[in-house]
Amino acid sequence: MASYWRKTWPFHLLVLPALILCIIFQYIPLFGVVIAFQDYQPWLGIKKSAWVGLTHFRTLFEYPDSKQVIWNTLIIASFKLVINLFVPIVFALLLNEIVKTYFKRILQTLVYLPHFLSWVILGGIMIDILSTDGGIVNRVINAFGGQSIFFLGDGQWFRLTVIISDVWKEFGFSAIIFLATLVGINPALYEAAEIDGATRWQQVIHISVPLIMPIVIVVATLSLGRILDAGFDQILNLYNPLVYSHGDIIDTFVYRVGLNNGQFSFGTAVGLFKSVIGFILIIISYRLAYKLANYRIF
Amino acid sequence: MKFRSRSYAAFAISNNVFLSLLGLICILPLIHVLAVSFSSRAAATANIVNFWPVGFTLDAYAKTLDNEKFLTAMWIGAERTILGTIISMAVITMASYSLSKTSIRFPGRQVYTWIFVFTMLFSGGLIPSYIVISKLHLLDTIWSLVLPGAVSVWNMILMLNFFRTIPQDLEEAAYIDGAGHLRVLWSVYLPVSMPSIATLSLFTMVSHWNSWFDGVIYMSKPEGYPLASYLHSMIVSDNLSRIGVSAESIANFSNRTVKAAQIFIGALPILLVYPFLQKYFVKGIVLGSVKS
Repeated sequence: MASYWRKTWPFHLLVLPALILCIIFQYIPLFGVVIAFQDYQPWLGIKKSAWVGLTHFRTLFEYPDSKQVIWNTLIIASFKLVINLFVPIVFALLLNEIVKTYFKRILQTLVYLPHFLSWVILGGIMIDILSTDGGIVNRVINAFGGQSIFFLGDGQWFRLTVIISDVWKEFGFSAIIFLATLVGINPALYEAAEIDGATRWQQVIHISVPLIMPIVIVVATLSLGRILDAGFDQILNLYNPLVYSHGDIIDTFVYRVGLNNGQFSFGTAVGLFKSVIGFILIIISYRLAYKLANYRIF
Repeated sequence: MKFRSRSYAAFAISNNVFLSLLGLICILPLIHVLAVSFSSRAAATANIVNFWPVGFTLDAYAKTLDNEKFLTAMWIGAERTILGTIISMAVITMASYSLSKTSIRFPGRQVYTWIFVFTMLFSGGLIPSYIVISKLHLLDTIWSLVLPGAVSVWNMILMLNFFRTIPQDLEEAAYIDGAGHLRVLWSVYLPVSMPSIATLSLFTMVSHWNSWFDGVIYMSKPEGYPLASYLHSMIVSDNLSRIGVSAESIANFSNRTVKAAQIFIGALPILLVYPFLQKYFVKGIVLGSVKS
């Protein structure tokens, strides 16, 4: 044992700062979830607050608001999941057909950019361009003879706006992984197909698509694990009381009810519910990705 | 590759047009806001600005940069970005060095790896984290913005995977010369891995500059907000009462051109580092695909 430490103490020492930060800010809050089973009052603290068992979880499932919130989360997240998978694949396949390198590079520069801007910036931009009071999008709609649309104030439109804008922000960046795979395909495969008389379309269907399939499966299964993350950052920057009924998701609900209204215990219970389901989903999705495509993160 | 068929030529042209439109859609909203920020207030209110300033003026920028609260927020944003990146990279680099060793050389690395990876899978959630930070008396300090996210496990995995590609010979030569682990990390690992450290630092900087939520919850007073949080309350939630401005300055600041100028200034640092970012991540991915 002593010789173990003598040989490895520098390694332990180097991990130590990260370990301490990790314990303080990740593991200690894990014990804090006990307040989900209490009626936590900040001035009493965890030790003195009354225990209430599963009351908050019962409320969660009985309260009509929280059912709506879970439903909103699922519907927004699943639409995002599907569209955020297909649009980047199609985009990557189309971009792969561009022959001129400089044109390709310009396109890539443009479409990757929104990924790096925060939702604060993009939210500010969207509120401006989607405004009913002369926002540029509604001006275009009016020019074609349509009625102005209250994108951020009408529940149904709000969901659609959230989904589309997320796809707009991320499709370019999400396509990178598919593009890299397409670029890595051995040109000899295409040449052989061409000699056999395959059209370009047939080459895409029979060579490109099957070869990116494994990575598509990995991306799809991994994103399944995040089905409860409907876009906290985004929605908090776009929504307003008018669209709470259609736009409130689990995370924003926890923030609004838990921190802003001071219902610490109930908020924690909702958060814990989400963490547990999310944990199970992530484990399942990693298992699936490993089984289906032999993928491991490390 | 050549495709002479007429239908492919038709496809190629429509593909070019379609992708160009798609590229434009990604950038036009930003250009519009930029145009608004340089336009006269009257033109912006009359909704006649499209993608080019109407009645060019720097008024909005002058007002923004005259606003002390905006400047303070910008400073806090810069401070957290620099401090946060340095701390995070230092901590991650050191830990990755140890964890990149094989289990034979560093028995116990598996345990540490699992401790870190578990935090990617499960978290206590927003409220318990808030309570911990308030109990540690970190509320209203810059540390509440810098420390909780410092150990990015994802970056750590990237870093340790990179460290594993460093040839063993380099390291062994240093040991034979009598160097200790710290020395090896500093004089062998760091110089070799400068490109990946630069890449991860850039990504960390971007995420620090962009994060706003921690500022909003951990700072009780808007005076402590970093720029992203300030912009969030100013522009997005229009929560002017929390920022504490008087009625007449509300009229001043809520005007569209000033908002547009603030948005653009907020995005500017990202736009400035974007060329470097792009160079690195594209290169990284090309390398990755060559390897696999």
